[in-house]
Amino acid sequence: MVKRIRHFIESRTGLETFVNEFLYEDIPASAGWHNVMGSVALFCFLVQAFTGVMLSFNYAASPGEAYNSVKFIMTELTGGKLIRGLHHWGASMMIVVVVLHMVQVLIWGAYKKPREATWMVGVVLLMVTMAFGLTGYLLPWDNRAYWGTVVTTQIAGLAPGAGQYVQRLMGAESGVGVVTFARFYSMHTLLLPVAILLLIAFHVYLVRKHGVAPDPGDNGPKGKFYPSQVFKDTVAIFVAFTVLFSMALILEAPLGRLADPTDTSYTPRPDWYFMFLFQLLKFFEGPLEVVGAVILPNLAIVALLLAPFIDRGGVKRVGQRKGAMALVLVGAIGWSALTGAAISGTPKEVEGVATGGPAEWAHLSPEELAGIGYYRKENCSACHTLGEDGKKMGPDLAKSGIRRDAKWMLEHFKNPQEKMPGTSMPPIHLADSQLNALAAFLLKLNTQNAKELRDAPQPAVDGALVYQQNRCNACHQVNEVGAKLGPPLNGLAKRRERAWVEGHFADPQKFSPGTTMPPYRLAPKDLERLTSYLLSL
Amino acid sequence: MSFQGNSRTEPDRRGFHTAVIYGLGAIMGLAMSLPAAVYLLFPPKSKKEDQWVEAADLSKLETGVAEEVVFRRNRVDGWKVSSEKTSAWVVKKSDTEVVAFAPQCTHLGCAYRFDERKKQFNCPCHTSNFDLDGKVIDGPAPRPLDRYLVKIEGNKLLLGQVEKKEA
Repeated sequence: MVKRIRHFIESRTGLETFVNEFLYEDIPASAGWHNVMGSVALFCFLVQAFTGVMLSFNYAASPGEAYNSVKFIMTELTGGKLIRGLHHWGASMMIVVVVLHMVQVLIWGAYKKPREATWMVGVVLLMVTMAFGLTGYLLPWDNRAYWGTVVTTQIAGLAPGAGQYVQRLMGAESGVGVVTFARFYSMHTLLLPVAILLLIAFHVYLVRKHGVAPDPGDNGPKGKFYPSQVFKDTVAIFVAFTVLFSMALILEAPLGRLADPTDTSYTPRPDWYFMFLFQLLKFFEGPLEVVGAVILPNLAIVALLLAPFIDRGGVKRVGQRKGAMALVLVGAIGWSALTGAAISGTPKEVEGVATGGPAEWAHLSPEELAGIGYYRKENCSACHTLGEDGKKMGPDLAKSGIRRDAKWMLEHFKNPQEKMPGTSMPPIHLADSQLNALAAFLLKLNTQNAKELRDAPQPAVDGALVYQQNRCNACHQVNEVGAKLGPPLNGLAKRRERAWVEGHFADPQKFSPGTTMPPYRLAPKDLERLTSYLLSL
Repeated sequence: MSFQGNSRTEPDRRGFHTAVIYGLGAIMGLAMSLPAAVYLLFPPKSKKEDQWVEAADLSKLETGVAEEVVFRRNRVDGWKVSSEKTSAWVVKKSDTEVVAFAPQCTHLGCAYRFDERKKQFNCPCHTSNFDLDGKVIDGPAPRPLDRYLVKIEGNKLLLGQVEKKEA
């Protein structure tokens, strides 16, 4: 029966012959592990296509909505984080693999006659892969996406003569907005997929037409593609897949705050594989900018395309292709240096890790900082997370989907059941001013600062609590919050000694005759905490 | 190649290669398809909150007659929470007993109407008819009309979730 079905399919479609011809293709005896990258690149594309379709099932293709739907995928759908992680990291992996594939061909000189066209289609495939990365970058519509694309479209605008038209084509003539979004989305999900499929088909056709490039002097008996080379390809694919899958499981694909065109604090950065271009721009200023932005990258593309015609010498053994190796080495070093410089030049808040510079907590007003104290005292962390991993009963307050206002929070703290019927959160028994501080802290949270604020040093938090309880803000300013009756307290350490500050609390008149500040009889511990906090400002 | 020694014959190696190809292929296939299946088939994690919406003023409803009341309620739809208009067919039996039917026919979801003369609900699509209790009189509808959970507070009629009873 099975035989008859097989026979029927074969006689009507020729499918079996086709598959056999494909699998039992002759390959040179010298083919081996160095030839696996093409298959791995194809596999990466398939993963992107599959996860891309999966994402699109739950994706709203319009700005704002797009952000909410990506958030929905990440927080509400089982497996959503994994699928988006695979797509996000898969994009990076695909670039890496395609580049490795090209490096192999370059070092082996496999692009030489008659395989020039195969190489050139490959270079176009690299460009298409990068275009996928560029257009996909905008689609989550968070700050990273928005600002990254602002820079990209501005660079495109620098092209002499064509700039304006390229920008118009990108729908970004009057800034990044809904038109840009529609164009990028359409490129990413309609145009580029069709283009890459056709190009891959053409590329594979050319590889088959000319056969896998043999090493020079390879006169050994031809082998078959299946199973020995397919085995090597499959093992390499499996290694790549394991790396990708682990990355998707361990590293959460970033989703920042909703794109905010008025957020001047955000430092835009492109994805890592465009960093070298980004850094290159820093070396060209004024009228020369066009050199770094447009001329050099395009020259590089042309040079890549023409590589087979530039390197026309006879076929040599890999070990003797010193020139090609040197070129790859110089390229790799140049690229790494530029990328390294760009990454090290990235301001810390973009990456969400602060080392050096004023700590995140130091920017908070004393009330907000005191809020951290109440958060700790009330043991909110028993049920809530602040951006860290792990699930708890309550929502993650660093990224709880719907931002509420202070009034709502205050009522919610006092009577959670009323605002959210069915919640298991107990009421918080604190005074209004204390609840206000807690709300102020929570309103300040976002996914980027949450970890650092969570770890704010306890002495500073204690000091802020004393500050808030004694209503120092009624007369003083810290971080520009508070009344201006008394002097602002930032930079106090530069003006006064510790003993002066401590003495001043007990008897202001003695230290600043005529001052309106009343004396404060603080417990020794509180006095010490408050003074330390003020001197740290 | 390292294992090209005499101990391995050609068919042996071929079998090993084929087994690895299929084995690793199957692992990767499963690793992709299982999360995708879970992603597509599992419901969103957040539970729907029970919500009671004030739908009508009881004192204005006539006893023993079906009336269509229109009200707004929040609907959580994927990544969107939207306030949308919905309706219910409300039958006041007495001052303390009210039933509210969801406005879709239980056959294929068409909007049905109330025939005041016959005191029946009838669906224009496939002519299912229901009585004032929501029971199927005739037609292809597989089960009685679905009902809203109902709460009465003073003169206020509050509606909750729609409860579906199996046939």
